[in-house]
Parts: sequence; structure tokens; C-alpha cells
Amino acid sequence: MSKPTEGGFNWRHAPEFGFFTTLMVLFLYAPLAVLVVYSFNANRLVTIWGGFSLRWFAKVVQNGDIQAAAVTSLIVAAAATLCSVTIAVAAALALARGRLFVGRGAATGLIMMPLVVPEIVVATTTLIFFSTLGMTIGLLNLIIAHTVFCIPFAMLPIQARLQAMGATNEDAARDLYGSEWRIFRRITLPLLMPGIVAGGILAFVSSLDDFLISFMVSGAGNTTLPVYVYGMMRMGVTPEVNAISTILLVISTLLAFCVFIFSRPTAVSGAPAAKRPSLSLSTQEIT
Amino acid sequence: MLKLRSTLLLLLPAVGVIGVFMAIPMLITLVFSFMTANTYGGVTMPLCVDAYVQMLFDQNFDGTLSFVPDYVIIMVRSVYLALATTVLTLLLGFPIAWYIFCQSPARRMLLLTLVTIPFWINTLIRTYCWILLLRDQGLVNDVLEYLRVIDHPLPLLYNQSAILLGLVYTFLPFMVLPIYATLERLDTRIIEAAYDLYVTRWRLFRRVIWPLSRPGVGAGAVLVFAPALGAFLQPDMLGGGKQLLIGSLIEMQFTASRDWPFGSALAIVVTLAVVIALILQGRRSNSGVKA
Repeated sequence: MSKPTEGGFNWRHAPEFGFFTTLMVLFLYAPLAVLVVYSFNANRLVTIWGGFSLRWFAKVVQNGDIQAAAVTSLIVAAAATLCSVTIAVAAALALARGRLFVGRGAATGLIMMPLVVPEIVVATTTLIFFSTLGMTIGLLNLIIAHTVFCIPFAMLPIQARLQAMGATNEDAARDLYGSEWRIFRRITLPLLMPGIVAGGILAFVSSLDDFLISFMVSGAGNTTLPVYVYGMMRMGVTPEVNAISTILLVISTLLAFCVFIFSRPTAVSGAPAAKRPSLSLSTQEIT
Repeated sequence: MLKLRSTLLLLLPAVGVIGVFMAIPMLITLVFSFMTANTYGGVTMPLCVDAYVQMLFDQNFDGTLSFVPDYVIIMVRSVYLALATTVLTLLLGFPIAWYIFCQSPARRMLLLTLVTIPFWINTLIRTYCWILLLRDQGLVNDVLEYLRVIDHPLPLLYNQSAILLGLVYTFLPFMVLPIYATLERLDTRIIEAAYDLYVTRWRLFRRVIWPLSRPGVGAGAVLVFAPALGAFLQPDMLGGGKQLLIGSLIEMQFTASRDWPFGSALAIVVTLAVVIALILQGRRSNSGVKA
């Protein structure tokens, strides 16, 4: 039965776990598939099939409120991504290439804090902070709140990339008396680019997906798309909700795929190739 | 290696932003939890512990306190659901992680991608999908009625099981990935050595794989427990407001009830619970390494 490898037995051969894993993958994707199928249903009654149609997508795309919410979401996500990636690159460099100092562990813990503190706590404490200071500066509130929780997401792939590519090239440049800035511009940054792109997309998706923090922090007139969709969902199951949900689902999935492509371990000359896909939440850094 | 001054300067923006906009807000929340609610929905002096007393007791007209279990019930229910989610994701997630570990590198990447992608899809939408499936006119009831298994739709939505299902569905990837990360570093020669000594599959799991995968299990447990404890969307959407959990309770104090000190105190309690879970996990995985 089993292939005659390694002396006749193969502990990796586990068909029953394979069956179970297939079931679990189905469990993860079947509900999403149901949503996508329903969103193409022409019938206003969601569950009764009335033929294939794109009319709900057309209706959603033409909805002015949804357009406004989408624009808000995109502005916030783009700004938060830009800020968080810049901050994350600096922090990742300091942690991967910097000197050891007292308080390094505390600094790492602080940066990873947004990953472990429950979202509801982040949302309420941020709300309290902004309203106590009287900071009602519209979109900027949202951008700041999003930047905070995007930093660790942006940093994980960047850190993984820095570790994978090693410091040999930078050290060689230092031996040739390159200035620190030039070494960063000409060597570190280009080699780091896949990590930065992956981190940037992760930050962008995290911001785009966020509901609870935007829900609590955003003032009137600054509704993000998930907050608006939540309002629609409270009104009940409608074809419009299915359509807009499918659009968001497809965007997140495509972006996640991009991350996998960019963070695929590729060998960097003179450095050990990355062993682990950087996207698998490296929990060692969190805990 | 960078100079110490550059190292600190590079860390400054991250530490500064998260410190100012996350650590300081949490300290302010801690202070607010010891203040008095004012009528406009803010906080005022004097300092007191009323918000914490409120969790357990209700003040009578004559000023005496009587025990009211309402909030305790909500907290116990939240902890119970978070623990149940952790146990269920572990039971479902461990075999998945093991199976992925057993595959060739190419298949590993594929399976990891499949497990991780739902993690990047909006929780709001993933939760909404279950409404489509479970409601009275939902797919599950429709199919069962079509097959003549039932006459009337089963009440699948708006109960505790629906919340639990939603939580397990949301957090399953959080458990699989850290366990897989630990298994991947496992020295496979140990497994082969155990087989050479005629180990049974159960003993191999119990004596070799489980002890060695403990750090990943611990990390996964914290990654599931912490967000599950403060979950808002799943109880709100799948519990239908009947099964109040601590996440919704906190949210209500800042929207409908406008009782900031009480909301702050609840947020502090949740944070403390997460910190305790982190410490316990840290201690357990340390002792695991020593053993």
C-alpha cells in the first residue's frame, strides 16, 4: 500500500487527516461561496433563484452613499498604509539591524500591542482619547487610529524579509565606506522591496476590512464602507448587501493573493533563503 | 550593525505613535474607570470605584448594596464562549496543521494559502454569510424543508450556538497557523526514531508531537482567546442582541447608555483578562521548554 520509501513506512501518509482537512477547507469557503452565488441572483427574494443577473451590482455601484463611503475607505486605507509602512520600515530596521539596548523587549511588545489587545478595547480607548482631547478632525482621526493597528501588520513581512536576506550585502557596502543613507537607498531598500509591498498590502487590507474601530471612532459624515454595509445589514438580508459584500470579498481575496506572490520566499544572493512564508502569523514575535 | 543612536531614532516613530495613540489612551481609560459619570455622557470628579462596584452590586434606595448577577452572568458567558472557541479551534485546527505539515513543500504553500485567505476577508462579511445560511429562510432550512426533513424552519440563528459557530469560523486560522509554525521546526528524525521503536500512533502523538507542539498551541490559544473574549460582531449579528456578551456591553456604554466610567471599567477588565491569559501562556510554554 504505502510507497516503499524510507524503509517501507511513511509517517507522512495520513489520508484520514486529508479527508478532515478537505472538510475544514469546505467549512471555511462554503459560506463565502453561498454569498457570492446569491449576489448574482436576479430575484429580490434572496433565497429564491430568479436567474443570473448583475443588476444588484449595478445598483450598488450607482448608490451615492456607497460611493462616498468607498472613497472615505480608500483615502483612509491609502493614508494609513503610507504612514504605517514608513514607520514599520524604520522600526523593522532598528530591530533587525540595530544594536541591543535596555528596553528593546518593551519596545517590541509595545509595537505588537495592537495585535493582542481586543479590538473593542482599542476602539473604545481611542474614542475616549479623541473626545477627551476634543480632537474631532474628521478623516484624520480615522487615519491615525488605522495607522496604529496597521503598523504591526506592515512590520511582520518586512521583518521576515530583513531576516531572510541577511546583512552580508550591507556589511560589504559598509566595508567600502558607503554612508548609512546610501547603503539604505542602494542596497537595503531594493532588496527589501518585496517585504515592503507585502507589508503595504497587508496594512491596506487590514484598514479596508476594519469595522469596529471605524464604527466607534468615525464621526458623522465620515462613514467607511464596512460601517455603511453594517448599517445595511442591520436592515436585513437584501440583494444589495449581498452584492456589496461580494465586491469587498473579492477585493480582499485578490489583495491577499498579491501578498502571497510578493512574499514568496525567493533566494537572495549571499543569504539563506527564507524558510517560512512570512504571512503565517509569526506568533513568536507577538507573544 | 547600526549605531545605538540610529537604532533608537528609527524605533522612535513606531514607539511614539503606538505609545501616544494606544498606550496613553489605555491609561486615560484606566483613570476614567475610577471617575463618576456625568449626565452628558462624559466623566467628572470625584474619584470612586462605583464603576467596578456596579459590575456586582446595585444600590438600593437606602444606600445599601444588593448583589445583582446580571453583569456577572454576561462576563461568565463571555469567558465560557471564548474558552469553548479556543478548545474547538484547537480540536479542529490541530489535525489541519498536522496534515499540512505532512505534505510536500508546494502543497504546504497551497494549503497554507487556503487557510490564511479567510483571515484577510472582512469579519463583517464572513459573519453575514452565516446569516444567509442559518436564518429562517436561509439555505440550511430551505434545503431541509425541500428534503421534507422538517416542516417548520429550525431556529438556527440568534442563539448561543450560532455565536459559537461564528467565533470558531472566524478564529480557526488563528489556531492553525501558529501550530503549523511550531510543527515545521520539529526535528522529523525524532518521529522516525519513535517509529523504529514500534510506537503506536496514539503514543507518538501523546508523548512526542503534543509536548513538542505546546508552544504553538499556547500561542494559538492566546490568539483565539483574546479576540474571542472581546468579540462584538459575532454576538451582535448571530446572537441577535438576546445573548449579550462583554464586547457588546462595552460598546453600549459608549453609544446607547453613555456611561463612560462603566464602559472604561469593563474595557479594563477585558484587558486584564487578556494580560492574565498571556502571562499564563508565557509561563506554560517556558516550563514546557525546560521539561
